[in-house]
Amino acid sequence: MRLVLTFSVLMGLCLQGMGQVRISGQVVNKKKKPVPGASIAVKDSYDGATSDSTGHFSFTTTEKGRVLLEVTAVSYKDYDAYITLTGAPVQQDIVLADNVSELGAVVITAGSFAAGDKQRGTVLSSLDIYTTAGANADITSAIKTLPGAQQVGNQTGLFVRGGTAEETKVFIDGSLVNNYFYTGTQDIASRGRFSPSLFQGTVFSSGGYSALYGQALSSALILESTDLPDKTQGNLGISTVGLSGGYDYLAPNKRYSMGFDYSYVNLWPSFQIIKQTPDYFRVPVNQTIEGNFRVKTGKNGLLKFYAYYSGDRFGLRRPDIDSGNLKDAFSLQNGDFFGDLSWKQKFGKWRLTLSTSYSNNLDKIQATLQDAENQPVKIPAYPYDAKDLWAHNLAQLAQGKAILEYKLHGLSAIRVGGEYQYGYYQSQFYNDTIPHVTTGWTDNYTAAFAEADIYITPLLALKLGGRAEYSSLLAKTDVAPRLSAAYKVGPGQFSLAYGVFYQKPDNNYLLFGQDKDYQKATHYIANYQIMDLDHTFRLEGFYKKYNYLTKTFPDTAGNGFGYAKGIELFWRDKKTFKGIDYWVSYSYLDTKRDYLNFPYEMEPSFAARHTASVVVKKFVQKWKTGFNVSYSFATGRPYYNISDYAKDYYYIADQGRTIPYNNMSLSINYIPTLSKPNSRHFTVWVLSLNNILNIKEVDGYNYSYDNQIKQAIEPPAGRFLFVGCFISFGVDRTQDAINNNL
Amino acid sequence: MQRFFSTVIALVIATGFTAGARAQSAKYHDAMKQSVDQLDTAHTVASMVDLANRFERIADAEKTQGLPYYYAAYCQLMSVMLGTDKTKADEIADKAETLISKAESLDKPTSETYVIRSMIATCHLMVDPQNRYMQYGAASGEAIQKSEQLDPGNPRPVYLEGQSKFYTPEAFGGGKAVAKPIFEKAKTMFASFKPASDIAPQWGAHATDYFLSMCN
Repeated sequence: MRLVLTFSVLMGLCLQGMGQVRISGQVVNKKKKPVPGASIAVKDSYDGATSDSTGHFSFTTTEKGRVLLEVTAVSYKDYDAYITLTGAPVQQDIVLADNVSELGAVVITAGSFAAGDKQRGTVLSSLDIYTTAGANADITSAIKTLPGAQQVGNQTGLFVRGGTAEETKVFIDGSLVNNYFYTGTQDIASRGRFSPSLFQGTVFSSGGYSALYGQALSSALILESTDLPDKTQGNLGISTVGLSGGYDYLAPNKRYSMGFDYSYVNLWPSFQIIKQTPDYFRVPVNQTIEGNFRVKTGKNGLLKFYAYYSGDRFGLRRPDIDSGNLKDAFSLQNGDFFGDLSWKQKFGKWRLTLSTSYSNNLDKIQATLQDAENQPVKIPAYPYDAKDLWAHNLAQLAQGKAILEYKLHGLSAIRVGGEYQYGYYQSQFYNDTIPHVTTGWTDNYTAAFAEADIYITPLLALKLGGRAEYSSLLAKTDVAPRLSAAYKVGPGQFSLAYGVFYQKPDNNYLLFGQDKDYQKATHYIANYQIMDLDHTFRLEGFYKKYNYLTKTFPDTAGNGFGYAKGIELFWRDKKTFKGIDYWVSYSYLDTKRDYLNFPYEMEPSFAARHTASVVVKKFVQKWKTGFNVSYSFATGRPYYNISDYAKDYYYIADQGRTIPYNNMSLSINYIPTLSKPNSRHFTVWVLSLNNILNIKEVDGYNYSYDNQIKQAIEPPAGRFLFVGCFISFGVDRTQDAINNNL
Repeated sequence: MQRFFSTVIALVIATGFTAGARAQSAKYHDAMKQSVDQLDTAHTVASMVDLANRFERIADAEKTQGLPYYYAAYCQLMSVMLGTDKTKADEIADKAETLISKAESLDKPTSETYVIRSMIATCHLMVDPQNRYMQYGAASGEAIQKSEQLDPGNPRPVYLEGQSKFYTPEAFGGGKAVAKPIFEKAKTMFASFKPASDIAPQWGAHATDYFLSMCN
């Protein structure tokens, strides 16, 4: 046997000496730039080489005749070619084509900020939302530090690019969320209901969003819930605003999970320390129960279920503006349910997404006019008689949506789908002068949409889409085209977007015999972006045209109109200053509109011309502590007293511009268990202070009925302090995982 | 007679096959040995990429050997770890994943292939540690544990654990002081480790010594 072995080695040596052929050449890409590190191999042999830093290679082979030369390199498409070896040296130059990988390809970014933990190079992660000072773990508050969003302290919601809060819609796993924000009261903004940790992906679109979504004139906030948790764990939280606890169970085979969360919020302790301007006779109390389950279906599918129920109540009284000694008391009791079930499954090149959801929100409102002793008073004359009111507002929404996607060549894909929404809204109100009135509407809304992502080259992409919508309430069909394109040049890329967006008038206007038509916005967006792992630079310009906005005076024909245009800048840098991560955003906005009771086209009170934010984060490892500071600035917003006092039409009785908005907030996160990697629990202490400099904020003015009294609208408290401790108990199942997988 | 001939033919065929296999195997063994010997001295990205390509050529030509795929994956990952450019780390980690899956399907998942799986997770982690720690940090640690479980005598998972601690900031439970005893344990294990053959995995001892010197 040894003999055979020796013989074969000898044979090999002889052959090498005799029949060696040299193969050499250069590997370049389509732009003629050398490709180093490419593998060049003669198929079914050991012979080959790796290209050097200039793309050159050279090797000898003992193979003969017709052989296949295979060339591979990371980020390039595989290349192969037959060559015939006759004994003479072979010179073979190779041109590799870029591989259309999702990472290297151009992405359409006009109008949208992708944030999330899954994608590479995202703008904001859920951790970022938690560590943005001033946001207090509220998604939309963190988003207000991005360009495009306004700092409107006295109203709930996201005001994007000259749009009202109602023009921004929130979607969870494809389903529209009817009541994303807690119900609040006049002049006090309320936060979003959902915790950032529920979501693995967030896309904030400040315009030009996909045909998959509709009924939002200005902006879509698209949230994607998390997949299976990493491990089974429990969590507990104690803070100055309440208590929370939850448990997430992950099956040992990691095929399914179940979770349950409960939280109790009571602002009594906070209000003892931080004096509130309104007199809270019923301090805000809120209870929330959440449940979820997630099941893997097959190899590439996931079924997710999430249910949320929250009940809250509060009551406050403020001085009545029309009289010296009376007070307006307002109390609210709210119950809100949201549940959604979604299923994503891949079938080869097909991908099916189904989602369905149901929500039910009931607001019970009581407004009472009170005297100095907080006793009800009845004054049967306007405006006092309108200050006593009972109202029950009920909103229900059931919906189903299906999207079928087919992956074409490379990254190109086609999506088609449809959705159906059953919307019901009912408002009941009465007082001493108005009899019990019940008004309501039902809408059956259907939409069909199609969208194609076309990669002409990996560097040039188009997205063509369209959406047809029909609302039974409006009895009208509209067709909304959406187009966008992106082209990558060097390290950066240009994107353009155009789209038409329709939206039904707001719930309340649909009640009162308004001429019902879709409101319309047309967006034009141009964007330039450079992004790498540590930096993001974005420059975006937009023009938005509004048509058919709701009017309430002089008539209710939907002939309101307006425009918004502006330039926005965003810069995030994680590298320049060691250990410091910061971002800066700036928005310039020029907008005017004529809607509702506006006497003519004018700047709305929710739009500042200049808005800027700086967010800085630093984690000091030695102290196991993260320090986060944010500073937001906005120039003064216009305010108006639109009155019809003593006239039979609306006129501007007073107007002006508020003082500029300034807010500096700080948050500190201390993680004591960091140095104990094997500890079964993980603790985070949070301290956050909003408006540390206690800079006065004026959001506008309220006027008495007769225009004689003018009162500044200010937040209920200048500062806000929050202290909390959050512990998660990881049930370590590594051992189970090992045992089950062997 | 008939039977005698059959036996002879069978024998001849068998011998022929064996000789063929052994001859191939000698070529395979020599090529492998030559490349494996270079692993401990390859300290540049270019030399690691070259070795990765060589191992992959051997693997593709052999078609039945898992070991060259294992080494190809290892060298691909090392080319990321030795360099400073992390822009292709995800793609290279994905490539290493394909290679190690081929190795595992030809042989079976072993303590050594889990070492590679841990390195793949680490490679993904390096791209964006802050945001990826939860996912890939856990995956890397889990693979190390599986590797240790499958072969408690294998020093490589211990070395990787030391390396992971070495690069983890002190505040997060890592640092030189934490890593040092783990490297010392790995060193002792390397001293008594006998590779199954001269081409079986045996890397790591040099690196352990290097990290130990950095810990002092």
